[in-house]
Amino acid sequence: MTTKFTKDHEWLRQDGEAWTVGITDHAQNALGDVVFVDLPEPGRVVEAGEAIAVVESVKAASDVYAPIAGKVVEVNAALVDDPALINQSPTDAGWFFRIAPSGALPDDLMDSDAYARHVESAT
Amino acid sequence: MVPFAGYAMPVQYTLGIMGEHLHCRSAAALFDVSHMGQAELLGDGAAAALERLTPADVQGLKPGRQRYGLLLNAAGGIVDDFMVANLGDRLFLVVNASRKQVDLPLIESVLPAGVTLRPLPDRALLALQGPAVAALIPTAMSFMGIQPMEIAGLPVIASRSGYTGEDGLEISVAAEDAERLARHLLSLPGVQPAGLGARDSLRLEAGLCLYGNDLDETTNPVEAALTWSIGKRRKLAWDFTGAEAVREALDHGPERIRVGIRPEGRQPARGGTPIHGGGTVTSGGFGPSVNGPVAMGYVPRALAADGTALTLEVRGKPLPARVAPLPFTPHRYAR
Repeated sequence: MTTKFTKDHEWLRQDGEAWTVGITDHAQNALGDVVFVDLPEPGRVVEAGEAIAVVESVKAASDVYAPIAGKVVEVNAALVDDPALINQSPTDAGWFFRIAPSGALPDDLMDSDAYARHVESAT
Repeated sequence: MVPFAGYAMPVQYTLGIMGEHLHCRSAAALFDVSHMGQAELLGDGAAAALERLTPADVQGLKPGRQRYGLLLNAAGGIVDDFMVANLGDRLFLVVNASRKQVDLPLIESVLPAGVTLRPLPDRALLALQGPAVAALIPTAMSFMGIQPMEIAGLPVIASRSGYTGEDGLEISVAAEDAERLARHLLSLPGVQPAGLGARDSLRLEAGLCLYGNDLDETTNPVEAALTWSIGKRRKLAWDFTGAEAVREALDHGPERIRVGIRPEGRQPARGGTPIHGGGTVTSGGFGPSVNGPVAMGYVPRALAADGTALTLEVRGKPLPARVAPLPFTPHRYAR
């Protein structure tokens, strides 16, 4: 399974035709306890880099971006009632949404090694 | 670590904001608030001199007692909020870190001959807060009592007060003894360190103002719902800086007033959020003990009654909310 990362600390994993998107363990750690998420409507057509979700922790509010252009095909409704899933399981049960890509992936996505270096350089 | 009022401050320790907040409400949490400004006012007439700048009753403060007060400007605006204590032979002041460069020269400027202001930059301040504190450090003091005492063999000045809505102590100690004292307090059973994040969510749930967010030089005490901090005697004499403006606001009612706000659902409305119909959220976030979003802000008088429906504008979307009584969590002071 291919997992890629963005400089905004999101991960995306290919899942059939679509890519599943969430925030990284580093991101959830920096945010602290998540108390609220606002997810996009399924069916929404999004551009790469567009802010389409919001995650709020006890500390602050942050945008979550569509890492690729395409259509939102599914969102993780479980997060609405239990946003702490993002802290407990950021790369699994804490996923945000799935996007069916409309074209080629952006060329600035990172593999896990490159992302680890990105985190190191930013801290 | 984050910058705050020129200091590098920890937002959280190992428990995280939520854990530290809940731990303070159920046991005891230690906060390092040494950034706060401490000072002494010495000499005959010190209390009368300070009363020129504040409507608090300072002269009526008995030895061993502490009180909350406001420093005002000529327009009745709040220059700072502060604590003043009567230590018998002197007054002891604690002011906000972000305002000490303003407050101390202002106080200095009204002092008559024989009264001296002595800043105490070499003293640290630790706050041990929570229901377990009374058993860990027994004291005969009641809420807002203050006295010199020894903790772990170190001389301190402790007051039974805080910024969390819980029982607890605020402990002034020589900076050179601060680390030893902090390590001792952290070694007491059940004490956890807590950072700036929990300090903010605790004070917000307790309905306590943060200078710079909820109070500033354009806000008068009546608007801020802090009229209770004006001494009875002071409301007869009206002999403090800004008295005319405060009296006007009391007689005619303020145009806007600080209220508690409960957004519906779980989304927090943070400071700066506009309120439809005029008004702004000045402090807001998620209240871990309330288990929901809580906020304070200023609304026109017509929207100020408890239960009034409000619409907040969060990220361009309307968020329904209601005016709610403060505090959001009951104070548990040892009165």
